[in-house]
Amino acid sequence: MSDRHHHDHGAGRVHRHPRQPDDPEPRTDHEFLGMALRALLIEKGVYSAEDERARIELLQAATPATGARIVARAWVDDAFRARLLSDPNDAIESLGIDCLHPMIVVENRPDRHNVIVCTLCSCYPRMLLGPQPAWYKSANYRKRVVREPRAVLAEFGTAIPPEVEIRVHDSTAEMRYMVLPRRPEGTEGWDEERLAGLVTRDSLIGVTNPAVP
Amino acid sequence: MSARFAVGDQVRIARRDPRCHHRTPHYLQGATGVIERVLRPEGQPELMAYGGDGEPFRTVYRVQVPQAALWPGYGEGLRDCLEVEIFEHWLEPA
Repeated sequence: MSDRHHHDHGAGRVHRHPRQPDDPEPRTDHEFLGMALRALLIEKGVYSAEDERARIELLQAATPATGARIVARAWVDDAFRARLLSDPNDAIESLGIDCLHPMIVVENRPDRHNVIVCTLCSCYPRMLLGPQPAWYKSANYRKRVVREPRAVLAEFGTAIPPEVEIRVHDSTAEMRYMVLPRRPEGTEGWDEERLAGLVTRDSLIGVTNPAVP
Repeated sequence: MSARFAVGDQVRIARRDPRCHHRTPHYLQGATGVIERVLRPEGQPELMAYGGDGEPFRTVYRVQVPQAALWPGYGEGLRDCLEVEIFEHWLEPA
């Protein structure tokens, strides 16, 4: 029987099963090793299953709206902006946000555009941006954005003029990076909430710029 | 712990590629750049990956490398650069 089988659920209704496969059981040595390690850590009391659940929920609940809120504050408050660039963790924590990691915030300027990558794995400020998009983890993005950032940005619809310097930040060690995009023109007088609505996840990675729709 | 390098110093990223865990991307090994920022000392990844405590800690720097120096034929006249964190024991004066 194929996985597209139809069968009768009584009353003559045909029921079509979704094609999504089950979450597969672990099969490789590495998967078994990971499970065994986790079981041992919990058994030895290094952390509890409840700690693990809470941590997963914390990370999965994170969204780019947090990063957007930080950017909007920086756009309306020059003192906050200066602090965000000189002492990012202190500035972000003053908004009641826990980064879980030392941060560097890089500022886009008229003469400089920043973009973030992790060529060694997929380091990312998850508490501020939520889970990584699949493309951020792809070998394609990681290889190409360091080699030909202008071509990659163009594929995201972002054209950077040649007189503007591009800085690629390869986030391979201790720090996590977020881009502070430029405030779009035509947003004078907007409040923070409305400004935050312009800031997308991709603009916080630096592959796009926020724009007024 | 005093940092061996200061902002603006010219440095070369060592070409080593040991068969162990480390955090120095292969494509940057041998490249020459300038110290953009001095970060704090951190545990050595080569030791921490195998159960060690990473001691002695090494200062981490952000090194700026011009894209034109990394990639032959990179766009003429562009000022683009790459910035990366490198541990002190991977840096040599240049």
